[in-house]
Amino acid sequence: MSETDLSVPFRRRAGSALGDKHLQEALTIATTKFIGLRRDAFDEFPEGERLRDLAREIKEATLQHLDRYVEQLIDSVERLGGHVHYATTPEEARRVVLDIAARTGARMAVKSKSMASEEIHLNEALEAAGVIPIETDLGEYIIQLAHERPSHIIAPAIHKTKGQVADLFAKELKRQVAADPEELTRIARVELRQKFLEADLGITGANFAVADTGTVVLVTNEGNGRMVTSLPRVHVAIMGVEKVVPSMTDLMVFLQILAKSATGQKLSVYTTLVRGPRRPGELEGPDEFHLVLLDNGRIRQIAGPLREALYCLRCGACLNVCPVYRQIGGHAYGYTYPGPIGILLTAMLEGPGSVKDLAHASSLCGACVDACPVRIDIPKMLVELRREIDEARIAPWTERLAYGLMEKVLASPTLYRWSKPLARLLQRPFARDGRIRSVPLAFTEWTRTRDLPALAPQTFHERWPTLK
Amino acid sequence: MVTCLGDMFFPEVGVSVTRLLRRLGVTVDFPLGQTCCGQPLFNSGYHAGATRVAARTVEVFRDAEHVVVPSGSCAYMVRHEYPALLRDTPARAEAERLAGQTYELSQFLVRVLGKTRFKASVSGRVTYHDSCHLLRGLHESEAPRILLKNLEGAELVELPGGDECCGFGGSFSVRLPEVSSQILDKKIRNIEATGAACVVACDSGCLMQMGGGLGRRRSKVRPLHLAELLAGDER
Repeated sequence: MSETDLSVPFRRRAGSALGDKHLQEALTIATTKFIGLRRDAFDEFPEGERLRDLAREIKEATLQHLDRYVEQLIDSVERLGGHVHYATTPEEARRVVLDIAARTGARMAVKSKSMASEEIHLNEALEAAGVIPIETDLGEYIIQLAHERPSHIIAPAIHKTKGQVADLFAKELKRQVAADPEELTRIARVELRQKFLEADLGITGANFAVADTGTVVLVTNEGNGRMVTSLPRVHVAIMGVEKVVPSMTDLMVFLQILAKSATGQKLSVYTTLVRGPRRPGELEGPDEFHLVLLDNGRIRQIAGPLREALYCLRCGACLNVCPVYRQIGGHAYGYTYPGPIGILLTAMLEGPGSVKDLAHASSLCGACVDACPVRIDIPKMLVELRREIDEARIAPWTERLAYGLMEKVLASPTLYRWSKPLARLLQRPFARDGRIRSVPLAFTEWTRTRDLPALAPQTFHERWPTLK
Repeated sequence: MVTCLGDMFFPEVGVSVTRLLRRLGVTVDFPLGQTCCGQPLFNSGYHAGATRVAARTVEVFRDAEHVVVPSGSCAYMVRHEYPALLRDTPARAEAERLAGQTYELSQFLVRVLGKTRFKASVSGRVTYHDSCHLLRGLHESEAPRILLKNLEGAELVELPGGDECCGFGGSFSVRLPEVSSQILDKKIRNIEATGAACVVACDSGCLMQMGGGLGRRRSKVRPLHLAELLAGDER
């Protein structure tokens, strides 16, 4: 599967995305649509704001006693005849799944959309072990055909136009295909139907798991999740350990705001509640049910600076409203989770050093906080990451020198006063009619596309005596 | 408080604020020791430096009854970040006091002075850009609109996507200039589509960004700070 080349600096990756016409078209259409749908959904739902506060409180309280709820969840799932595995690292999580596949003689796995499985790079591991993974979510199916990775948390193929999808299908099927979404969906459905019947293993993520009932909850729109959990002999659900919720009552709070935030739907088309394997007398469901709980840096952050990022429901609302994501899309970020929340999750999973450039991929406009169903203060944590990066002294020395100098000037009225005549002298060759159209050094990046105002002939400080 | 960008690049905004407030009967002082609120350091992660700048600013304004800032993001910095930055220092109590006394200009006019009717210094259509920190930081979208809607001689037309960022973001605009500029392109297309003669904002950063883009395109639309627009006579 093709990966974003992380040896290319982030700014250049973003630059290529800006120049990609198809990407720009696809992003503008999709994010604008999502923003409108979300806004309408909450406008028609007066209790939404209160439920968002309540959801946030539930997340806070659950994390406070996560150990207790995880133990309760394990008990509940085991009582239903399921198995629970705890994986500290992605390697451990992959190993668990591969062992299950080997023991049950699985040759093909159908998958419902799961970011956790992306996070642990499960498909590559399955392929290497001789198990064919088949993505059954339409968006995931598209990008699997294209050998790409998801560029959005809930709309993995958001970066593709319908024309590009038609071309992709035509190449795969070796025949003409119309760029008509309904026709494309029909083709995928026919292709996938046989796979559902053939597969031995069904792999899903989980939007929630309810501690006191052992219910694993999948929120989907295409019905593929239900096929994946009911047709194959074995079902494995992989879930970040923070996604446990205490009770069904709590679950109802989240379900009422999740789909509205994601797609503007009141509820998603399917809300699948899975309780263990098939029981005697039941007609469908797997022989075996496994739940893999994934830590991968999460537990450490319960008491860490990124704690709030653990509230995330993976709805993707912050991506849709982020002015940076809307321009560059998900692949430029370079990791499993894109967008503003993705920067925080990347820092959580890969360490703060991995986001030394990404931490600055935000104008701190705060649109993400307003859109987030649980009001995660993403800008605050981005600034916190920038502080960590500063303290670890991994920013370039020129930058640290410039900010050191800035502090000296701003902390001293005398230096501040004298910096102005100096600046006026320095700008003289560049300033015309009060504006600078091109200037070397730090602001050259500014003046490529924008005029820079020249330092005023008299600053306000200098004018104040005449105003007294 | 006239913070760094306003002081150096838009001194006429400070002059307008002074005249406006005096006309409303407010005694205006400008403590000369002030420089910048420290936000550029803070947002880039240089918190030790930002703390020193904040401590100085708190000291400089310790005698002020109200502090009025014609910049939403600087007001946000003082109101929301200062108390946390100075939490473990002797300046803590003063920082909390200052946070409680500091107002962005439109909020001060509408919510403290209760003045909402002014005469416009320019006539015709104007449109308004919501600055991110004023809108989502200080949760203020009403005060500027009340002032603009009541303006004699000017007509407010809403800006499509007016609540979306202009792409400035301080250091963001030079760290990722291509992304910043493309966000700005969209903003300018929206501004020009309104047919307004000027775009009004309450933040020097946004005005620098939007003004820079409009200037480069030789657009007829003028970037204007709210204070400059209100500098006509009070009714």
